[in-house]
Amino acid sequence: MKIHEYQARELLAQAGVPVTPFEMVTTPEQATAAFDRFGGTVVVKAQVFAGGRGKAGFVKLCESRQEVHDAAGFMLGNRMVSKQTGPEGVGVHRLLVAVAADIDAEYYAAVVLDRSQRCPVVMVSREGGVEIEEVAARNPDAIFKQWLHPHLGLQGFQAARLVHALGLEDKEQAKAAARVLRGLVDVFVKYDCSLAEINPLVRTSSGEILAIDAKMNFDDSALFRQPQLREMHDESEDNPMEVRARKADLTYIALNGNIGCLVNGAGLAMATMDIIKLHGGEPANFLDVGGSVSQEGATEAFRIILADPKVKGVLVNIFGGIAKCDTIAEALIAAAREIGFKVPVVVRLEGTNVERARQLLKEAAIPQLIPASDLTDAAQKVCAKVV
Amino acid sequence: MTQEFRLRTGLQPAGRLGRAIQGQATMSILVNKDTKVVCQGITGKAGAFHAAQCIEYGTQIVAGVTPGKGGSRSEHGVPIFNCCHDAVIATGADVAMIFVPPAFAADAAMEAADAGVSLVVLITEGIPALDMVRARKYLDDKGARLIGPNCPGIITPGECKIGIMPGYIHRPVQDGSRGVGIISRSGTLTYEAVWQCTTRNISQTTCVGIGGDPVKGLNFIELLDLFEQDEETDAIIMIGEIGGTDEEQAAFHVRHHVSKPVVGFIAGQTAPPGKRMGHAGAIISGGEGTAASKIAALKEAGIHVARSPGEIGETLASVL
Repeated sequence: MKIHEYQARELLAQAGVPVTPFEMVTTPEQATAAFDRFGGTVVVKAQVFAGGRGKAGFVKLCESRQEVHDAAGFMLGNRMVSKQTGPEGVGVHRLLVAVAADIDAEYYAAVVLDRSQRCPVVMVSREGGVEIEEVAARNPDAIFKQWLHPHLGLQGFQAARLVHALGLEDKEQAKAAARVLRGLVDVFVKYDCSLAEINPLVRTSSGEILAIDAKMNFDDSALFRQPQLREMHDESEDNPMEVRARKADLTYIALNGNIGCLVNGAGLAMATMDIIKLHGGEPANFLDVGGSVSQEGATEAFRIILADPKVKGVLVNIFGGIAKCDTIAEALIAAAREIGFKVPVVVRLEGTNVERARQLLKEAAIPQLIPASDLTDAAQKVCAKVV
Repeated sequence: MTQEFRLRTGLQPAGRLGRAIQGQATMSILVNKDTKVVCQGITGKAGAFHAAQCIEYGTQIVAGVTPGKGGSRSEHGVPIFNCCHDAVIATGADVAMIFVPPAFAADAAMEAADAGVSLVVLITEGIPALDMVRARKYLDDKGARLIGPNCPGIITPGECKIGIMPGYIHRPVQDGSRGVGIISRSGTLTYEAVWQCTTRNISQTTCVGIGGDPVKGLNFIELLDLFEQDEETDAIIMIGEIGGTDEEQAAFHVRHHVSKPVVGFIAGQTAPPGKRMGHAGAIISGGEGTAASKIAALKEAGIHVARSPGEIGETLASVL
């Protein structure tokens, strides 16, 4: 799960990380009111999850009331298109108005989960304000890392080394930077983050250390113990079909092709997409029905797949383990009765209760159903029908 | 509990010094017909169902753990204990199989390690990653190995099934013959690979699902070593997927330390970046973890990469 920048700023501020004064607004009038309260130069920023806001013109430095009003009106009235959004762009519903900082130097600071070391790692760099992946590719030595002990967390000497790597020698500034890092680590641990990033962290010309942009991703598996995050979640940024699938305990991800996929298990679901592509087709979605799927859940899966107008054919690939083939067969029959199949549905079933499933499908005699003997056969059949 | 204390008090679990753990010449890896299993969460819906399947397959499930139900018996007739320590002391269980809900699963794994089991098989899906960070370190310090979480478990066909995989799709090694060892980050895709072997009359020595989470226990490298040492194993299948760099590291290891033929497959060649493809660990981020990078690394290490998930068995047959 992701949250918006203004929400990330709130979490950082609560953890004692200084941020520039800010406000979240939803209309140009609220934006100008915020400008009036702050006085001086402000920055207006679109609150969307996609990156590339600056280049797209959705981050604007404004010095007057009129500028703020115009910038807010533009951002709320247009869809933002960037490298990360695709050509259709994303709608903007919320803006951040923040006091502009007088920047002397920009830094990078983040905590992420390091999978291979199996612990969180704190990363800092003097090259702030640019994408860290870019820095990592161009000049990996410019990133300094300290790994956190799984049980003990950030130690004093580690914070000192990180601050030293940032080149902050002034005693007060070094202290302030260490406080920022401790706050960032606290947020990471307290809220079960997978990423907590301040970019840039800045030093102002008066020597203050401030966070002026923040990004956070959270571990979906930990949301059950994070009520505050659940409240922060902005569903308007989610694909509505993905939200609907989640409610039915299905994992669905919309893609651009025209062959709908219904599979059990994430690895097999990915492999099914792969084999479709290999035979010249394009998957319309990733869909994992999971292990303990009910007939109703599987029927909902068919509804979701068939609601996508791009879908010209469906591949059902089930290797029954915990999930039972006959449950899927019953769902297929229910879906055929309820929505009716207007496209060919290639079905490959193997594993638990497969004999009963085949019998059920045979008796139902659904004309659009095409049985397949194995994975390759299934991919060939669905691609032949669609491509 | 230290090793010394365990020896002194006679609390040494049976498998701790078992030959399979010692990395000597073995038949199958990690688990076999002598393995004694304690099942945490045996009275829950999933735990009860799968424990029954394991017992039916021939696995020795010697104890169950459900706090508050100690002294009773499960529906399968397995004695229930209030805590893992009681179960290990009373039965000599050396492997724990865990079906505890996500919020309590990491704690259950640590309890099992503290009770002295040598191997923890953690089936539960959806455990917070930071819980696993802490638990994995705890298990390492206790000297207990971990399989999972979010995994199908481990099976030595014909001897011992600890997990949720359908038993009948596997083919036990016949007397005097040999087989393939399978390591996989996926559940059902493993079944697919197993089935493709079985339908070609290729037996499996042991199949291990290492799980789809970002922080886990045994990884490709440790298992590649165990299969390399296992006399019965002729070849190894490793099934990876997008996300992280485990496969790249494993490929490097294969190049220098594995002499047996290895067949590989990487799922997620068509997955878009930035999207979590079902498994918590299956996400391409910051240009890292793509299928292309993994496949290139595997090929460079001389691993036979199946182009299609439908050709894993065929690729293996061609190298045997």
